Amino acid sequence: MAAINRDDVAHLARLAHIEMSAEELDRMAGELAVIVDSVKSVSEAAGDDVPATSHPIPLTNVFREDVVGHTFTAEQALSGAPDAYEGRFKVPAILDEG
Amino acid sequence: MTENNELIRSSAATLAGKLAAREVTAVEVTQAHLDRIAAVDGKVHAFLHVNTDEALAVAAEVDAIRAAGGAAAEELHALAGVPIAVKDLIVTVGQPTTAGSKILEGWHSPYDATVVQRLRAAKMPILGKTNLDEFAMGSSTEHSAYGPTHNPWDLDRIPGGSGGGSAAAVAAFEAPLALGTDTGGSIRQPGAVTGTVGVKPTYGGVSRYGAIAMASSLDQIGPVSRTVLDSALLHQVIGGHDPFDSTSLPDPLEDLVAAASIGNVRGMKIGIIKELHGEGYQAGVENRFNESLELLKEAGAEIVEVSCPNFKYALGAYYLIMPSEASSNLAKFDGVRFGLRVLPEDGPMTIERVMGATRAAGFGDEVKRRIILGTYALSAGYYDAYYGSAQKVRTLIQRDFDAAFAKADVLISPTAPTTAFKLGEKLNDPLAMYLNDVATIPANMAGVPGLSLPGGLADEDGLPVGVQLLAPARQDARLYRVGAVLESLLEAQWGGPLLDKAPSLTAPSLNDSSSAATSAAGAALSHGGSH
Repeated sequence: MAAINRDDVAHLARLAHIEMSAEELDRMAGELAVIVDSVKSVSEAAGDDVPATSHPIPLTNVFREDVVGHTFTAEQALSGAPDAYEGRFKVPAILDEG
Repeated sequence: MTENNELIRSSAATLAGKLAAREVTAVEVTQAHLDRIAAVDGKVHAFLHVNTDEALAVAAEVDAIRAAGGAAAEELHALAGVPIAVKDLIVTVGQPTTAGSKILEGWHSPYDATVVQRLRAAKMPILGKTNLDEFAMGSSTEHSAYGPTHNPWDLDRIPGGSGGGSAAAVAAFEAPLALGTDTGGSIRQPGAVTGTVGVKPTYGGVSRYGAIAMASSLDQIGPVSRTVLDSALLHQVIGGHDPFDSTSLPDPLEDLVAAASIGNVRGMKIGIIKELHGEGYQAGVENRFNESLELLKEAGAEIVEVSCPNFKYALGAYYLIMPSEASSNLAKFDGVRFGLRVLPEDGPMTIERVMGATRAAGFGDEVKRRIILGTYALSAGYYDAYYGSAQKVRTLIQRDFDAAFAKADVLISPTAPTTAFKLGEKLNDPLAMYLNDVATIPANMAGVPGLSLPGGLADEDGLPVGVQLLAPARQDARLYRVGAVLESLLEAQWGGPLLDKAPSLTAPSLNDSSSAATSAAGAALSHGGSH
């Protein structure tokens, strides 16, 4: 398995929407390389015949009656938002106009 | 002072009895704990928020109902008026919920977690919200954005994590009960290093609705207390099916209090997990563990050895699955719907850049590390090798447990490989920090329940050691049965609860009439009383 380097971390930080300084990228790359190295053995632990487990105690068909249950008022839903306008979340521009 | 001291040192079960007999009022009990918080929390820092007014109002309501008598008084829950602390990862109306993160500083949830609704229905006064590693990511509370919690046994040491605040609150007699969450050991490992009891129920046994998710397939809310019986009492308040959590088990709750009261382990088979002791475990931890085995054997249990060869992959698989799920769960902190918003210093003001700046400022280092690691493990080209392989390891761990439980009713191991280490000691070595959870992680991977109880003090440092019991899924009652027996055998040896040996944290009072709330003398002492 490939080792993780500084360019990888910069790419991943962009995907995860976390701005990182040059110093932070250097440090994070070093730490993650050690962690990734230590978890490598996992890929050799199980053969192709072993099924994956996504949930420890799987439940199937968990449904409820199709009726309106508990809902928040618009005021409650917006109560923790950094910015709101006329009953809606107010967000910065989605597209760069430049 | 003496009277308050007796109230704060009482178990929840004892307090419930005194309240029902009207020997004390719920307001007196709640005020005694609030006074204790005022006296010692400056040093311990178990609480991020203290909920004085609401807690006293609930207590007064319980007292009024009891005083009026009649059907309403008889219908009161057994724990009505017994106060509790809640880990600040669990959302509460009327108090801030921060998850130990700057990104949620001052945020108030518009709804209560199901477990909090159940505390309210039982009329248990909520004393406040306890400290934790940011988003429950850590084993020491040092990753809290609001500063670490200090271990009441030695204020220079970690209280465990992530639920170090809940464990320390209970160990320091600031609360008789607390709620924790356990993703890889965050209830049990703090219990071990603070000399308290903590239980991770079967996955799905307690609703996760309102617990801010880290890793949804591993997270579990559970009880924190000073006695096994108290955890059983609390488990019965919070457990059982909840339609608001689609992973909640539909099974009816077992009578866990009855299990804690059986009082014998004769004929039970208790399995020592070969891979979870010995090399890598501190000598004092190993010694206390072996003593517990001897006691159980003398009490008529049959000790057998079991092997779980795939547990050696558990830590690695956990550190792939947990960050993967966390990176996805934490994507919702985007500076739009709740919490912090930080604007970039220059350049175009787009949502992408606002998100990047918000998450850079709002998340701490450990959270960033895990998000990046999770994003890596889930990325194209690596998914099969990392996340896919880790999920296969989960199957292997489940098979190991199945084989072990074919030979034993309950499994036993040390809860953590060491006693509490010094604050700062492992902060710059993430991998060393992760190793604290080596014995607790397998239970989360397989969804089985686990309980940690105090096993004594290590010879080399005089600090608490934890003993962990594990049972098959849905068999939580077995933990309480064996845990309560082992606890009573150990306490008979010690001549009382282990926490009797903990430092007092307040200056010795020369004047019995002085209130515990006058903490100036206590605050002047840096490290509490003597051992």
